[in-house]
Amino acid sequence: MDFKEYSVGQFDTEEQKKFRKEVSDWIDANINSTLAQSPEERGESADANLTESKAFGLKLAARGWLTPSWPKEYGGAGLSADQRHIIAEEVARRGINLPGHWANFQGGVPGPTLMKFGTDEQKKEWLPKISKGALFALGYTEPNAGTDLASLQMRAVPDGDDYIVNGQKMFSSGVHTADYHWILVRTNPTAPKHKGISLLMADLKSPGVTIQEMHTISGMKTHEIFYDNVRVPKKNRIGPEDGGWGITREALSTERVSVGASPWATKITEDLIKYAKETERDGKPLCKDPFVRQSLAQCTIEMNILRLMNARIGWLVDKGESPAWTGAASKVWEAEAGQRVANAGMQILGLSCQLEPTSKWAPLKGRVELGYREMVVRSFGGGSDEMMKSLIATIAMGLPREPQLAMPVKK
Amino acid sequence: MNFDFNDEQKMLKKGARDFFEKECPKSLVRQMAEDEKGNPAELWQKMAQLGWLGLMYPEKYGGSGGNMIDLIALEEEMGRACLPGAFFSTVLLGGLFILNSGSEEQKQDLLPRIADGKAIMTLALTETSGSYHAASIETKAVADKDDYIISGTKLYVPDALIADYIICIARTKKGTAPEDGITAFLVDRKAPGLKCTLLKTIAYDKLCEVVFDKVKVSKKNIVGKLDQAWGPLEQTLQQVRIARCAEMVGGAQKVLEMSADHTKERIVFDRALGSFPVIQHYIANMVMDIDGSRFLTYEAAWRFSEGMPCSKEIAMAKAWTSEAYRRVTATGHQIYGGIGFTVESDMHLYYRRAKAWEVTLGDGNFEREALAKELGM
Repeated sequence: MDFKEYSVGQFDTEEQKKFRKEVSDWIDANINSTLAQSPEERGESADANLTESKAFGLKLAARGWLTPSWPKEYGGAGLSADQRHIIAEEVARRGINLPGHWANFQGGVPGPTLMKFGTDEQKKEWLPKISKGALFALGYTEPNAGTDLASLQMRAVPDGDDYIVNGQKMFSSGVHTADYHWILVRTNPTAPKHKGISLLMADLKSPGVTIQEMHTISGMKTHEIFYDNVRVPKKNRIGPEDGGWGITREALSTERVSVGASPWATKITEDLIKYAKETERDGKPLCKDPFVRQSLAQCTIEMNILRLMNARIGWLVDKGESPAWTGAASKVWEAEAGQRVANAGMQILGLSCQLEPTSKWAPLKGRVELGYREMVVRSFGGGSDEMMKSLIATIAMGLPREPQLAMPVKK
Repeated sequence: MNFDFNDEQKMLKKGARDFFEKECPKSLVRQMAEDEKGNPAELWQKMAQLGWLGLMYPEKYGGSGGNMIDLIALEEEMGRACLPGAFFSTVLLGGLFILNSGSEEQKQDLLPRIADGKAIMTLALTETSGSYHAASIETKAVADKDDYIISGTKLYVPDALIADYIICIARTKKGTAPEDGITAFLVDRKAPGLKCTLLKTIAYDKLCEVVFDKVKVSKKNIVGKLDQAWGPLEQTLQQVRIARCAEMVGGAQKVLEMSADHTKERIVFDRALGSFPVIQHYIANMVMDIDGSRFLTYEAAWRFSEGMPCSKEIAMAKAWTSEAYRRVTATGHQIYGGIGFTVESDMHLYYRRAKAWEVTLGDGNFEREALAKELGM
């Protein structure tokens, strides 16, 4: 048993130390003054500084460092997994948010899926594109297909060498800045719904593609995207026709690179404790209020559990074991404990919790108010808590799955 | 990070699990619930022979020289088995207190006997207010030539009826702070004026009322320094909290496994109970509750075994695990429904212990307040 707190670079060998310094120096020489600021100064939302981080990402791409452990024939730098971790850690340590799948340094979902399921021609064409900075946005969710993704209705009808694609995707984040769309479409409307789905790569510059911004309550950017008779070449289909569902499920279990970026709720808990010590109400510091003490102590406990649950994933991966359901557990915990922290923070702030970040009276620069709105999405975005919990029960404890109806999709 | 026990600890754990499955069936647990003494003699001797009673004591005091991580490996299995008996009182509360603050003579006299299964000991701390704060200590010890005269009432003293020795925490002087002026006395249970009465409690864990009616104790039987027992007492309670958390983790894990098995076998509306998402979510919540309990407990135990400061970690572990184990047992009952509500079912054995152990040594509120202090609030 060992709970030594890992600090970045702590266990580096001499060779790794040298490489880390090389990476660190290069990054500092290649980021502009905005990215060189701390995350708090820069603005924490994921869309802040998109132009700057995209420009920086392309510089990484020029070195083969967007996909550093890919072979050079695919545009990577042929580096080891350790070296890839070092690059990822040095970027994350500076709080730089690379857009979309660039952040995992392995080509996100598209990279590994193409490696595993792509034809040789597809690998030759697409992997170098990804290495050089082609950005994919995921297109799964539709108005009637979120949690029940297999109900998706975006239709792809064969026409010569192409598919003609019609339909709509929602909550397609990153689509406004991406080059390609990674979409699940229906190629067989009469089969049981998950057996009639194909996986396509669409060029977002194609005629017939319309993007419309969706306005979320937290200001987080996302989009609706409409396909009106858009041509997508059949050679852009990954895997067999109607075989997209199985590929997607396998592709979703790619290795997570957990580089220890501190989640919002952990940081805000620390800041709230500091705030409670420095702020008086009714003649005494907030931190002397028994409710505040209990509440912030509980937040601290739950954030420590999150830290340890995330560390558990890293431990399993290092041992060469599959994280299996533990990623779902961490996701649920981050969402639910994070929401509890957000609400606790709002309660502690009292009336002032209402003030938006731009208000001169807003405590903690309005970050609790913003976080309270942002945290809403965490318990369903990227997989609802309900699905995650069923996954945990069935995989961790072997409970039987709920019987599925597996009907064809009604038109 | 490494969340695993080492090979020896895994062997100890497996050995303990197999041993308790054979030697501590639920029939024994139920029998001991009705028994006034509650410490099965044969089982106690076998545990002594296996070296488990002296697991944490140095070899020079008849122990095995094990560390806190070894102890929690064993504690998990004891919690899983609902092991009745005097381990908590004798080995932990009494024995660790002697180890932490006894004289060399006291250690040489008492610890080997505890390790050999030849002496039962307990600690009389809490009084009628049920508080763990020093200010609540009103039992007085008044100096009288070479002795002290102790008067007062202690409640919730585990195994006092069968103990050979009771360590009494009494006030010898009114100091500037409540912690100042508290002394520990090693009292022979047969001392005149000492009366023990078994209390009927939810977990049947042989908690007693112990009345000290002018009990005379030689000043030679002070454990540690006069007026300065509170520090070593706190130190001891911290260790016992870690051990108790591990016992709760073991019990909770068993409840989870029982509940999951039940949901696979029970058929409702023509399908397994566990195929309903509501039930799956109950199970998933249990898994995460236990993950948190386990990780916080392991980290506290590791830090303790490394000699690192761990007051924060112990407070977090006890606060969380106390409430998580309780939730797990309540959910277990909900999953079992009517059949779990009968005494023949095992679920209530865990439900009772979870609540008793939640409030013992510091419940969630107490520990969160301790954590708030540690965080500088």
